[in-house]
Amino acid sequence: MQWRNSRRKFVNYFMFSLTGLCALVAVGFLFFILGYLVWNGGSSLSWAFLTHLPTPVGEPGGGMANAIVGSGKLLLLASAFGIPIGFLGGVYLAEFGGRSFPFVVRYTADLLNGVPSILIGIFAYAIVVLPMKHFSALAGGLALGVMMIPIAVRSTEEALRTVPLMLREGALALGASKWKTIATVVVPAARKGIVTGIILDIARVAGETAPLLFTALNNQFWSPGWNQPIASLPVMVYTYAISPYDDWHRQAWAGGLVLLTLVLVANIVVRLSVSGRSAR
Amino acid sequence: MAADDVKMRVSGLDFYYGPKQSLFQISLQVPTNRITAVIGPSGCGKSTFLRTLNRMYETVPHARAEGEILLDNEDLLTMDAVALRRRVGMVFQRPNPFPKSIFDNIAYGLRVNGTHSGAALQEKVEKSLRRAALWDEVKDQLHKSAYALSVGQQQRLCIARALAVDPEVLLLDEPCSALDPIATAKIEELLYSLQDQCTLIIVTHNMQQAARVADFTGFFLLGKLIEYNKTEIIFKTPAKKETEDYITGRFG
Repeated sequence: MQWRNSRRKFVNYFMFSLTGLCALVAVGFLFFILGYLVWNGGSSLSWAFLTHLPTPVGEPGGGMANAIVGSGKLLLLASAFGIPIGFLGGVYLAEFGGRSFPFVVRYTADLLNGVPSILIGIFAYAIVVLPMKHFSALAGGLALGVMMIPIAVRSTEEALRTVPLMLREGALALGASKWKTIATVVVPAARKGIVTGIILDIARVAGETAPLLFTALNNQFWSPGWNQPIASLPVMVYTYAISPYDDWHRQAWAGGLVLLTLVLVANIVVRLSVSGRSAR
Repeated sequence: MAADDVKMRVSGLDFYYGPKQSLFQISLQVPTNRITAVIGPSGCGKSTFLRTLNRMYETVPHARAEGEILLDNEDLLTMDAVALRRRVGMVFQRPNPFPKSIFDNIAYGLRVNGTHSGAALQEKVEKSLRRAALWDEVKDQLHKSAYALSVGQQQRLCIARALAVDPEVLLLDEPCSALDPIATAKIEELLYSLQDQCTLIIVTHNMQQAARVADFTGFFLLGKLIEYNKTEIIFKTPAKKETEDYITGRFG
C-alpha cells in the first residue's frame, strides 16, 4: 500500500514535470528565435539599414528600405482586395440564414485557408503574371489578398456572432430594416473584434514568402507604380540568406529581425487593446 | 368597448413555430390609451402573443401567424413590417441599450426614420427623456455611454428610446423583471403617466403589478386566452375556474 502510494506520487510528479517542460519548450522557441535574430541581426540594424537601398555586393552599407516599403505596398494592395471581400462574406455568414449555402461557404473558406501558399502563388502567376508578361506588385498583392480572405471571413463572422440577439431585436423593434440594423448597430458593436481580426490577418500574411517568389519577385531598387517587380522583406531575407556573401547574411538577419518585430508588435498591441476592454 | 375606443382587434389568432402550434384562436380587443396586462404562468404564450403584435417573430425561421390582427382597422399581419414597428414599439425584458451614448440611443429610432437635423434631434431626445422621467438624471451626461447607467435607468432609457418615435402602441415584455422594487415602482408610475398618449400592453408574471396598473387584463394558459376582462373583474370575480386558481396561487 505504501509502495503504491509512492509510485502514484512519483508518476504524478514526473508527468507534471514532463508536461511543464514541454510547455516551456513550446514557448521557448519564440524566445529562442527572437534571441537568435537579435544576437545575429542586432548589430546590422541601423538607421541606414532602414532607409537605404541595397548596395551592390562588396560595397559596404546599404539597407532594406525598398523591402520595407515594398512589403507595405503589397500588404496595402492585399488588404484592399482581401478585406472588403472577407468582411462582407463574414457579414453574410453571421447575419443571413439558410443552412446549406453558409455551411458550404464556411467549409470552403477553411479549405482555402489550408491551401499551401506556394500554390496560391502559382495561381496568381497564371492569372496575372502570364497575361501581363512581367512580375508585378499587383500579382503579389493579389496572391496575399487571396490568403487574407478566409481569415477575414471567419474572424468577422465570429466577431459578429458575439453581438447579442437583444441588440438586434432592439433595433428592429424601432423600425430599422435588417440591413440598417447590421450596418448601424451590429457591426459597430463588433468593431473591436473585427479590427483585431483584420490586424492579425495582415500580420499573418506579412511574412508569407512563397506566394511572392514568382509574383512580385524581388527588386534591388524602388518600384513605383504597381506593375513592376517589387521587393518585400521575406523575399529579401530569403535572397540574402541563400547568397554566398557574409555581408548579405548579416543583413538577412537584420531583415528577419525587422519582420519579426513588426509582426510581434502588431500581435501584442492587438492583444493588449482587447484585454483592456471593459467587460460587459 | 365602443368601436372607436379599440386600438387593436385580435381575431382568431393562431401561431406556429414550424409544425408546433403555440397560440390557439386568440381573440381580444385592446382599448385605446389604456394599459392592458397579459398574465399567465411561464410558457403560457404571453410573450409569444406580444411579439405577434409587432411581428418580431419574423426573425425566427418557420414561425408564422394566422388569423387577423387589426391596428386601427388596418391588417397588421400584411402591412409593411418596418412601418408597423414605427407605430408599435417594444420594450424588452432585460434592458438592451445600444453600445452608444445616451443621446445616440434615443436618437437612433429618429435617425432610422429620417430625422437628421441636429436641432430636431436635440428637441425630441429631450422630450422623450422627460416623458420617461429620466431627463433630470441624465441631462448633463447625454454623451456618456448608456452602459454607465444603472439597470433601472437603462430600462427607462429603453422606454425613452421606444417613445422617441411616437408610437401609437407600446408593448412591454415583463419590463420590470430584471429590476429591484424601487426601480419597478418608478417604471409603473411612468407607465401610468404614459397612457394618455399611448396604448400600452404589458406582459407580466407579477399579478400584483397587473392589478396595480392595468385597466384590462387577459389570462393566458397553455396558448389559449382563458379570460379577458376589466382588471377588477378578473381579480375579484373571475368567471373561469382556471383564472381563479391562478389568481389565488394554486399554480404558478
